[in-house]
Amino acid sequence: MIETEKRFAIEDLFSAYASCLDSDRLEEWLDLFVEKCVYKIVPKQNLTLGLPVTLMLCENKNMLRDRIASLRQANEYSIHTDRHLISNVCIKTESDANTFMVEANYALFQTDNEGNGCLYSFGTYVDEVLFDENIPKFLCKTVIVDNWSIPHMLSTPI
Amino acid sequence: MSLNVEWQRRDYSRVPYWLYHDTDLYNHEQKLIFRGTTWSYLCLEAEIPETGDFKTTWVGDTPILVNRNKDGKIHAVVNRCAHRGAAVCRHAQGNTKVHTCIYHRWSYDLTGNLIGIPFQRGIQGLGGMDDDFDKADHGLRKLRVACFKGVIFGSFSENSENIEDYLGPMMQGHITRLFHKPIKVLGYQRQRIHGNWKFYLENLRDTYHASLLHEFLVTFGLDRATQKGGVEMDKRHRHNLTYAHASSDSDLDAKEAYGGNKINSDKLKLLDPSLLEFHQEYADDRNLAISTMFPNASFQQLNNSLATRQIQPKGVDAFDLIWTYFGYTDDDIDMTNHRLRQLNLFGPGGLVSMEDAEAIEIAHKASSSEERDSTTVIEVGGKGEISDRDYRVNDVPIRGFWSYYAELMGIEPEGAFR
Repeated sequence: MIETEKRFAIEDLFSAYASCLDSDRLEEWLDLFVEKCVYKIVPKQNLTLGLPVTLMLCENKNMLRDRIASLRQANEYSIHTDRHLISNVCIKTESDANTFMVEANYALFQTDNEGNGCLYSFGTYVDEVLFDENIPKFLCKTVIVDNWSIPHMLSTPI
Repeated sequence: MSLNVEWQRRDYSRVPYWLYHDTDLYNHEQKLIFRGTTWSYLCLEAEIPETGDFKTTWVGDTPILVNRNKDGKIHAVVNRCAHRGAAVCRHAQGNTKVHTCIYHRWSYDLTGNLIGIPFQRGIQGLGGMDDDFDKADHGLRKLRVACFKGVIFGSFSENSENIEDYLGPMMQGHITRLFHKPIKVLGYQRQRIHGNWKFYLENLRDTYHASLLHEFLVTFGLDRATQKGGVEMDKRHRHNLTYAHASSDSDLDAKEAYGGNKINSDKLKLLDPSLLEFHQEYADDRNLAISTMFPNASFQQLNNSLATRQIQPKGVDAFDLIWTYFGYTDDDIDMTNHRLRQLNLFGPGGLVSMEDAEAIEIAHKASSSEERDSTTVIEVGGKGEISDRDYRVNDVPIRGFWSYYAELMGIEPEGAFR
């Protein structure tokens, strides 16, 4: 049975994750990952077919930093704001008492610069969360996109 | 409706905006281009390697089913039941012996022939069809199919050229280069872009937007207009190839050409440069070679990222773009991982491709209300003659696209350039 404190800490991590992305604090979002992290966005169909192609693949935190630096300084993308809803958080204890497998559902709404919104993306997070000195961070985060035909384009992380 | 387009220039350096927004024109495109004498990209042989393997796709807005038959031959048919119009196959891909429509269970073999109809003779002599009903007259509509180096093409017309002539030496050469040994499919990306399909066909033929719109390319020195490169077209100027040679310019050249304001490579370095590694795998040193085939496909190599792109129009205001990534069957695990890492560059969220969707959507949105005499301006690399260029700052192949488009649509101006 997972300790109550750790359970709350993991739920807080997901709240912080949504809050950072939704308020465009992408640099702060990076702090939620450990240095040796993996972050990937996977079209669900490839998973079904057993094919390895992702929509985004960062194999360490530097690649994640590069992605954010590129968004800030090089890329031009749709002007939008995000709203993440994360629910059905399911925590499974790993053999290692400091590492947990966590799954959750997400829905991401996007609003454009004229105030029109849409349900942009929805799916599942399949994550590995590591406690480092009582602070939980993402060791591995896999975003599995149900609606894998991406509307418009994909810029900011899901 | 008879089409009447008033071209301001016979070299297609001015294209009226209404051509991207007109529904009647769109319907003509479906008939005269996609279901006309062109060849369209369908899929790759590697996606349907075994007998009974199938894949569904679209040519224009016509649903297509591609099958591999017992003899190994590939057949493409319109995926629409000859009975009442339902899609016969509802799956993206799979394997089967027979395709059966769920509605009234009409079934078809892998060549598209109708082989079974429930209740054809009725029940106990009641109901059923007249004796003169012949299954042979009611198969799925068949396309002509051609395979070239493992790429499958389909055509609706008995009068289209053979595939070799349609591709021409330039496209043949590029496809042969990419498919010079057996490939394996690594997976798919897909996106829906809310703009007219022709905006994307133009985008693929406009070499010089890349180093301006896709700032990542320039900022990190991956692809700059100052590199040695250019554009090549086929004889009819309907297909094009844009290419660049690796490490053929310097930061200094680039700074001069871009006026200094786009080149940040002094201060911006990737923390993990493995993303941009280039392992030369062809006889030439081109690190970028992207060809575009009229009317629905593109074949790309950027560094070691290999993919086909397929364009599926979805009405006048949208199209789907499907990216099929591949490597070679003899890639080792490191090479496969390298290719997978490098596809961060492409697709709906690609560091060097995400901007295309945005550019197309804002062009589509902003041009929809234009009057009939309002046009784009296409004359970088000069006006007049449509021909290859051995430099990168040009958009001449866009005019090539329109010249062939106008020919097929029967809307060429008098004395048109071809």
